[in-house]
Amino acid sequence: MTTEHTGTGLIGASIRRVEDPVLVTGKGCFVDDVQLPGMLHLAVLRSLHPHAKIISIDTSAARAMAGVEAVLTGDDISLNIPSPPMVSGQKIPPHPVLARGAVHAAGVPVAAVVAQSRAIAQDAADAIEVEYESLPSVVNAEKALEPGAPLAREELDSNVCYIATKKGGDVDKAFAEAEHIVRMHIASPRQVAMPIEPRGAVAKPEPMGQGLTVWLSTQSPHRVRADLATALGFPEHKIRVIAPDVGGGFGSKGPLYREYVLASYLALKLGRPVKWTATRSEDFVTMIQGRDQAMTSELALKRDGTMLGLKVRVVANLGAYLCSNTAGPPQRMMAMAPGCYQIRNVHVEVAAVFTNTVSTGPYRGAGRPESVLNIERLVDKAARDLGIDRLEIRRKNFIRPEQFPYRTAVGVEYDSGDYEKSLAEALRLSKYDDLIRYRDEARTRGELVGVGISTFVEPSGGAGFESGTVRVERTGEITVLTGSSSHGQGHETSFAQVVADKMRVSMDHVAIRHGDTLAIQQGVGTFGSRSMVMGGGAMTIAIQRVVEKGRRIAAHLVEAAPEDLVQADGGFAVAGVPDRQVTWRQIAAAAHGGKVPSGMEPGLQETAFFDPRREAWGFGAHVCLVRIDRETGKPTIEKLVLVDDCGVIINPMIVEGQIHGGVAQGLGEALREQMVFGDDGQALTGTLMNYAVMRADDMPPIVLGETVTPNPFSPLGVKGVGEAGTNGAPPAVANAVMDALAPLGIDHIDMPYTAPKLWEAIRQAEARAKPPA
Amino acid sequence: MFPASFGYFAARSLEEALELLTKHGEGAKLLAGGHSLIPAMKLRLASPRYLIDLGQVPGLSGVRVDGDSLAIGALTVHADVASSDLVRQRLPGLAEAAAVIGDVQVRNRGTIGGSVAHADPAADFPVILTALAASFVLVSPAGKRTVAAEKFFIDFFTTALAPNEVLTEIRVPLPPAGAGTAYAKLGHPASGYVVVSAGALVVRQPSGRCASARVAIGGLGSVPIRATATETALQGQPLNPEVIAAAAAKAAEGTDPDGDLYASADYKRHMAAVYARRAIEKASERASKKVKTRMEI
Repeated sequence: MTTEHTGTGLIGASIRRVEDPVLVTGKGCFVDDVQLPGMLHLAVLRSLHPHAKIISIDTSAARAMAGVEAVLTGDDISLNIPSPPMVSGQKIPPHPVLARGAVHAAGVPVAAVVAQSRAIAQDAADAIEVEYESLPSVVNAEKALEPGAPLAREELDSNVCYIATKKGGDVDKAFAEAEHIVRMHIASPRQVAMPIEPRGAVAKPEPMGQGLTVWLSTQSPHRVRADLATALGFPEHKIRVIAPDVGGGFGSKGPLYREYVLASYLALKLGRPVKWTATRSEDFVTMIQGRDQAMTSELALKRDGTMLGLKVRVVANLGAYLCSNTAGPPQRMMAMAPGCYQIRNVHVEVAAVFTNTVSTGPYRGAGRPESVLNIERLVDKAARDLGIDRLEIRRKNFIRPEQFPYRTAVGVEYDSGDYEKSLAEALRLSKYDDLIRYRDEARTRGELVGVGISTFVEPSGGAGFESGTVRVERTGEITVLTGSSSHGQGHETSFAQVVADKMRVSMDHVAIRHGDTLAIQQGVGTFGSRSMVMGGGAMTIAIQRVVEKGRRIAAHLVEAAPEDLVQADGGFAVAGVPDRQVTWRQIAAAAHGGKVPSGMEPGLQETAFFDPRREAWGFGAHVCLVRIDRETGKPTIEKLVLVDDCGVIINPMIVEGQIHGGVAQGLGEALREQMVFGDDGQALTGTLMNYAVMRADDMPPIVLGETVTPNPFSPLGVKGVGEAGTNGAPPAVANAVMDALAPLGIDHIDMPYTAPKLWEAIRQAEARAKPPA
Repeated sequence: MFPASFGYFAARSLEEALELLTKHGEGAKLLAGGHSLIPAMKLRLASPRYLIDLGQVPGLSGVRVDGDSLAIGALTVHADVASSDLVRQRLPGLAEAAAVIGDVQVRNRGTIGGSVAHADPAADFPVILTALAASFVLVSPAGKRTVAAEKFFIDFFTTALAPNEVLTEIRVPLPPAGAGTAYAKLGHPASGYVVVSAGALVVRQPSGRCASARVAIGGLGSVPIRATATETALQGQPLNPEVIAAAAAKAAEGTDPDGDLYASADYKRHMAAVYARRAIEKASERASKKVKTRMEI
């Protein structure tokens, strides 16, 4: 179906996703589709208590049930989820796969049952009786820092996991010299990732204990394999992890989870395959959640709006147990605190705190949205306080194009950017002046209408290396192995575009393989907007090596000098003699048939490991027009314009899709979604009946625009874009809502902006405004 | 999730259903569309020992005029209520309520009788049916009785249905000439269930004054409440925006709703006034249109 997509010009083309015919006709293969002979089913009994001692567990009824093959409690298994330190000196309390002696969050696995069917396993788990002794719990991270707060982990002496700081310049001097200081407290709501496919595992023991194959719904097959090997004490090279089709992750499917270890352990122990498939309810209480950082911030300025210094204290809620990446988002928050502005004096401190809640970790954005929200709210407030236009204050402080690469006060180097340009494009597309006029006219009628802007950076890539192998098969078709395994991003399309473009072949002749540690060399995975930056980068280097080898073989075949061979559609041609061609098929036949130049290795396969040792800094500008119904408090987004710059674009349609999805999740954060725990630690929004995830018909119309500032440190010139929507959209909405409420004297409200919350704020403001009777 | 194990009967007649119900008593639950019961069973919030499926019982679905009432079979699915020409022409407020229940899948499977018998305080049908003075036909081995909506809904998930009774029909009086009906709903952003909703039946005199009004509000208590202060304030008054707003402002009078995670008690009371006004305005607009049509004829 893609034969027309041949050769150069594929980079930048909106090719329809080659994955989709299989997926949309229901022919995909997800973990729960894996059926193996003799397979058993795992069910997990979970704690209903957020914090309790386990007094006793009676499994006798469960063990006696027909069809039950094994019942485990924490007395039977002492394995833990490995949590390597991300910050020096951090506390690492145990993260047992089954609770031992105590539970520290509701949903923690207390017992595991393996049975011949899922229903029997569930019935048996329900038949287990556990006696608990309730302990006091704490759910709010700032409250957890107060003296006398209950200890979330009673084995520790405080709730602090770590305190980390990043600083640069002379912050004290900046604040001493400041003519104005803006102070705010900004809390980002906790969010739940909602991949359409819940987590799942199928673990299959190989005969004689010689190996273990595990199908996992994961974003990082190689990383998870290493953690699984560590957790089980089973050699990594004998474990094969397969990520088949994966139905979304958004960060939540990055780490190793307890149930994966339980399924693997039980499969090895019983000598039979074991399957576990999470329910949505289980995902709600045991899959890492995002955000939940509270910022207390100060921005020091001159009266003319020049930003002098920034102080941020972040209290980050980690939940009760550390996953491999739980400590990540607060680090990210610190590293981008100054955003797209020249602030030379910065001090950011993170207090990362244990609470009796679900573990947090990367969720699309992973510290970026918190950071952008923080700085963009501060900048808007500063503009309002100082009576400066919000565009002017931004332009005055933007890092200028000629300053790149630019090293920020927190020691991070941005590669390239033109923030003024993306802002100008967003203003043009939104007809900004008309929006302001529309708002002002509405205000004269007493209507609540606001315009908001966010300008932001979007770091992408990083997290070490990525790998790519490019192999020209004997018949000339091309197989690519990438460590960047797709879970919905369309890698099989966009990576194939890169290969077909660079090798001048049809996309039909390129197969992208990923998600199997047996087939793929070491890899890292797909998260942090890194796939095209890192996976695409590794692949491009491998392509260059294959093309160079191919050129030498082609030259050998036509008895010309390699420098006289130029790439042509389907292979190479002799320069100046376009009909003297050598195809990839001919070259591959030579490479595998002993017809290579003397001294050259046979074969036509190259592997590259790529680590640019820096991240790629995309950026953008978002503009939002919001109207708030005074009577009900309901906010309606009337216009949302998103201009994102992710460098060179491989597939514009896929980039648009990434922005759409990110915006949907960003608007969820801004308007509707919040995971809430009662003071007793119980989840109050543990189902889709009360956690208001965005749905298609909740989306406002959106307008997308772009600028293109190539990344000089990427072989493709690309930057990531996967998190642009979650980073830029929420602060644009927040600033618009606060602009709408400005006439009422309302300064700041934390997201999400639900109708009842805004109505209450409006009512209180109106009561304040009324003269006393 | 899996329900606990249970026995299943597919009744082929009403008599057989009643027989099974009598035999298995409180351990049995009637299954209609299953869109409340099955999710509860999958979460193991409900674990009936037996399900008696009414799906194959003939004669329990469809909409027809019967005397001065519209008779709606208990197994009529929401989508059929919403799209029925009879309902849309004679009781547009009822069609409006049916059209905003759940999602497409729920409306294609869920039944009006199931919704009424389940008596979820956040459901739509109980509210509009209370406003429309509907009554419910309950059949037991001893015979048949008809219970008015206001007597039927007793408390959260509790109705006047006896353990051996089957709800077979919903009877809604056809409004007189010059009447209009409407339903307005504030749905929860996650579940779509009622936060606050209002159903209205407004009868308009040719003079444009209100002959009578019935207004029911959902979301303020365990069952739909009649907004009697609102109804009284409309009686005999011209149906203009000021009168309607002033009357609707009394919609939550005498109620004491519970606040919840999404909406405070104050917000619900305020929304009751807003949505009562919206429903009354629409009902009275429909009432005036009807009068006009007749005058044109």
